[in-house]
Amino acid sequence: MKFFAVENLGIRFGGVVAVDDVSFEVQRGEVYTIIGPNGAGKTTIFNLIGLIYPATSGRITFQGRELTGSKPHRVAELGIARTFQNIELFEHATVLQNLLIGRHRHRSSALWQELAYTPAVRRAERVQREAVEKVIEFLDLQHYRDSMVVGLPYGIRKVIELGRALATEPRLLLLDEPSSGLNPEETNEMAFWIEDIKRGLGITVLMVEHDMSLVQRVSDRVLALNEGRAIAQGTPAQVQAHPAVIEAYLGSKEPA
Amino acid sequence: MRFHFKTAYDQDLRLFRHGGQVFWYGFLAVVLLAAPWWASAYVMSQLHFIAIYSIVGFGLMMLTGFTGQISLGHAAFLAVGAYTEALMQAAGVPFFISIACAALFAALVGVIVGLPALRLKGIYLAIATLAFNVIVEEIITRWHGLTGGNEGKHLKPVEIFGWKLASDAEFYYLCLALTVLCCLACVNLLRSPTGRAFVAIRDSEISAACLGVNLAKYKTMSFAFSAALTGVGGALYAHKIAFISPEQFTLFQSIELITIVILGGIGFLHGAVLGAAFIIVLPQFISIAKDYLPAALAGASGLQATVFGLVLVGFIIFEPLGLYGRWLKIRTWFELFPFYRKGMFRRQKSYMKSERLR
Repeated sequence: MKFFAVENLGIRFGGVVAVDDVSFEVQRGEVYTIIGPNGAGKTTIFNLIGLIYPATSGRITFQGRELTGSKPHRVAELGIARTFQNIELFEHATVLQNLLIGRHRHRSSALWQELAYTPAVRRAERVQREAVEKVIEFLDLQHYRDSMVVGLPYGIRKVIELGRALATEPRLLLLDEPSSGLNPEETNEMAFWIEDIKRGLGITVLMVEHDMSLVQRVSDRVLALNEGRAIAQGTPAQVQAHPAVIEAYLGSKEPA
Repeated sequence: MRFHFKTAYDQDLRLFRHGGQVFWYGFLAVVLLAAPWWASAYVMSQLHFIAIYSIVGFGLMMLTGFTGQISLGHAAFLAVGAYTEALMQAAGVPFFISIACAALFAALVGVIVGLPALRLKGIYLAIATLAFNVIVEEIITRWHGLTGGNEGKHLKPVEIFGWKLASDAEFYYLCLALTVLCCLACVNLLRSPTGRAFVAIRDSEISAACLGVNLAKYKTMSFAFSAALTGVGGALYAHKIAFISPEQFTLFQSIELITIVILGGIGFLHGAVLGAAFIIVLPQFISIAKDYLPAALAGASGLQATVFGLVLVGFIIFEPLGLYGRWLKIRTWFELFPFYRKGMFRRQKSYMKSERLR
């Protein structure tokens, strides 16, 4: 059974074909990266996987189950978590609350129990808190536990968003440009975390990334997109040397 | 500045965070419980209204303040609660059953309205709920056989197991107990997964959905819960006024209810109580001020509505966090003295929103 597969995926917005017949497969335990110039359709693929957009064609399967045609919250329940390119945190809540919302798919209490805050709810909350504390420790967020997200700097928010995705205990983690807006030092830290997530937590990572040094460092395989089409696939070195990729980024040579 | 050192996760699960809170809420409880001894009949009556409007405020706060969904039709839920109570009392149903039915029935109407309405957003949701308010008002007026139309309905004082709550004090304790219960329900919900899902929807629908929050389900739940509390408020309101008719549940009433949450401070449960108190006291100030105003102005018919409107607009512009936000600022000023900065509570607007759910 394939772990995660995208087959002939396509979406058009009116006349614009944003993603056109893209197929790829992510194996359990690897870091798979999608690269491509601006407007290549990378984030659109993430939104198609998250079912934010309905695919015009093709299908997405995760652990033998078809995702296409389901609802966004079902995707999370199956164990796929994501982060966003421009950070979508719950700004008027504390870091702790943000991470606890990540535990949503592991909730166990019924509404009436919550209204009365029965001992069962209290017990469940304690369990959730312990799970969240593990993430806090993993990402070194202890210091920010009770801060409101609204006042925190960009780099920290990026980490919190990663933490929130990890709090869901995903099997597949989608990272949309984990290094965007980070300084080299923070990017370096992010690379360590991605490696830790893969090796230590055993979570498969599918990521969109621009920073080629980060891509080379953490990725097992790379898919290059241009104008909605897959143009190359292979190891980071193979893809970087592929003529179609060079052409997409730098343009073709003028005929002499 | 005070620090609360935490040594156990359970400290974050407690109802009261520290001894200071226990003391002040205890103090408030004593003052409120002793109200019949210190308050005049007039003040008692005002306290009834504040308690009732607080319950409705909690309801609307859960929806608008914590789930981020606007409603300009909450007077309709107030009406559903009030008429359910009136009709059931007339049919001889015991109070505890009838008020539970008022809540349930309002919640049911909330679900019916919520399912289609919550597919809409922002201004469109406001328009849809506004239309709902007008429809309910119209139904109450026209369905003469059930509601008595414009002649309205009369209610007898509340009776619990044969004990008539005829005096101000008795009804006051009933209102107070229900206010505390409703408040507890809100606090409990907010510190459990459902409440967090509400806040998630308020702050970012797309990430809420990507974390497994079923948007339609939780929005409807919030709408229903909000309507249920408003229904309880409506039932008490009906008993307080002892006479209900369609003109008490107009759009103006809905706007007054939304004013409660905005004045009190959106996103704070305390705000519901502060807002309710403000909205009850304000008309008294207006009538006192009338004595000092020129006759032409004092006699103008729309004076109260104008003042309400001005106050609402004023708060939105100058104090968007409301009365509770003002209190937070004052408290922080003292706590941090002399390091308070002016922009500390400014709500940061993020202009970089990437993916948006349509």
